[in-house]
Amino acid sequence: MSWNRQHLLDIESLTADEIVTVLDTARAFKAVGERAIKKVPALRGRTVVNLFVEPSTRTRTSFELSEQRLSADIINFTAEASSLKKGETLKDTAKNLEALNIDFIIIRHSAAGAAHFLSRVLNAHVINAGDGAHEHPTQALLDAFTIRERKGKIEGLNVTILGDILFSRVARSNIWALTKLGAKVTLCGPATLVPRTFEAMGCRVTHHLDDAIRDADIIHLLRIQHERQRQTMFPSLNEYTQLFGLNKARLAQTKPDALIMHPGPVNRGVEIDSDIADSARSLILEQVTNGIAVRMAVLFLVNGGKGPQEIAAG
Amino acid sequence: MPESAIVLNAAAIQRALTRIAHEITERNEGGGDVVLVGIQRGGVPLAERLATLLAGIWGGAVSSGSLDVSMHRDDLDQRAAPKIHPTVIPFDVTGKTVVLVDDVLFSGRTIRAAMDALNDFGRPKKIQLAVLIDRGHRELPVKADFVGKNVPTSLAEKVRVRVGEAGVEDEVVVERK
Repeated sequence: MSWNRQHLLDIESLTADEIVTVLDTARAFKAVGERAIKKVPALRGRTVVNLFVEPSTRTRTSFELSEQRLSADIINFTAEASSLKKGETLKDTAKNLEALNIDFIIIRHSAAGAAHFLSRVLNAHVINAGDGAHEHPTQALLDAFTIRERKGKIEGLNVTILGDILFSRVARSNIWALTKLGAKVTLCGPATLVPRTFEAMGCRVTHHLDDAIRDADIIHLLRIQHERQRQTMFPSLNEYTQLFGLNKARLAQTKPDALIMHPGPVNRGVEIDSDIADSARSLILEQVTNGIAVRMAVLFLVNGGKGPQEIAAG
Repeated sequence: MPESAIVLNAAAIQRALTRIAHEITERNEGGGDVVLVGIQRGGVPLAERLATLLAGIWGGAVSSGSLDVSMHRDDLDQRAAPKIHPTVIPFDVTGKTVVLVDDVLFSGRTIRAAMDALNDFGRPKKIQLAVLIDRGHRELPVKADFVGKNVPTSLAEKVRVRVGEAGVEDEVVVERK
C-alpha cells in the first residue's frame, strides 16, 4: 500500500506498488457499487470539474457517475460549450475554473501533455482522462483490474494488444501498466500502425495475427480510429478486417480460456465479429462496470493529504 | 525503544470477552435479533470471538460481519488515503440489534463513521457498542455499552491490541512514545 500523489497524470511514472494500490482500493469501491445504496460521503463538499475538450461520452459518463457515488459536486465542460471555442487558452480556462474554488479537474484533451501542464499551473488535483496519443491512465487501470479479477493475477500472463497501437493512448498506458505488473505484452497490427519502435517499451511486436493470438491469455482489441487515419495507414477497412479482424475461425485457434477485451466504442464487423463481442469470453461490459470502481479509487486516493497511511486505533 | 506495559494478557482478554458476552446476553434477552459487526481491522477478530461465545450461550449460530469505515471518515483530506479493508455483512441489518465491536475506543470518530457506514446497509433496530479498551479522550458524544477494560491514558501513549495474530500471544500493551 503506497500512494502519496496529488494527481494521476500517466502510468509511466507509477510504480508497480502504486498500481496495485489503485487496484486494491478499487476492489472496495466495486463492492460499494453492488450495494443497495451505492454512494459514500468520501468527497462530500468537494467540487470536480470534468473538462472534456475532446469529445467523449463513455469516459465522461464513467467519471461523472464515479464522482456522484463519492458525493462530490460536479461541473461539466465540453469544448463546444466553453470559452476555448472563443480562443481562450487552456491555462486561462483552467485558472478561471480554479478561481471558483474547485478541488479536482478531470481533463480530456487532444494535446499530449495537457494534464501534466495543468498540474503545473493549478493547485487542484488533476486526473488525466486521455491526452492526445499519449496516455489514458484510468483506462489502463480498469483494464488491469478486470484482468486481475478474472485471471487472479497479471504477472506471467500473455497479453496481446491488437490494432491501432500507433495512435492509441489506451495502448500506451496499457503497455506501461501491464509490463510493470509483469505481463508479457505482444503488439500486433499493420506495420504502419504497429512500428517496431514499441519494442523499446518491452513488448514483442509481430505483424502476423495467428502468431500474436496463439498463446494469448488476454486479447485486447483496439478500435480502428478511422477519424484519425483518414485511410492513409492501410488500404481499406475491409482489408484490415481480412487480416486482423477477430472472427470465429481465429478465436478457435486461441487458448480455450483466452478472454477478449475492448475499450469501446466497438466497430462491430471491423476489428471484432459481432458474436464474439457478445460472447461469454468477452469482458467488454465488465470493463465498463469496473471503470466506475477504478475511477472512484483514483479520486479517493488523490484526495488524500500528506501523512501516515495507517490510522491510529480508536 | 518505547517504554511499554502489558495491560491485558491472553487470559485476561478472554475473561473480558466472556464477561462482555454475558452482558450482551443480559441486555438482549434471547438474542434472536443480535448480530455482530467488527470494525476493520482491530474489531473484526474480537467480533468473531464474541460470536463464538454468544453462540455457546444462546445455543445457536450468531452472525458476525466486518465493516471498513474509511470512506466515511471525517479527516480524509488531512491524511494520506487509508488502505481499505473488506466490508462483509452477509446478513440484513434492518430490524436487528447490531453490536458494533472495536478494539480501542478513543476519540469516538471511528464509531461515528461506523454508524454512518452501517446505515448504508439498512436500518438496525438498535446499535450497541462493545470495545475491548476504552482509553478516554473522547471528541464526540460517544459511549460504549460494553467495555472490556477502562485504561486511562495520556495522549502521548499508544494502545496496541493484538488478538488472533498468527504466532503471537494475544495481548494489550500501552506504549509510551
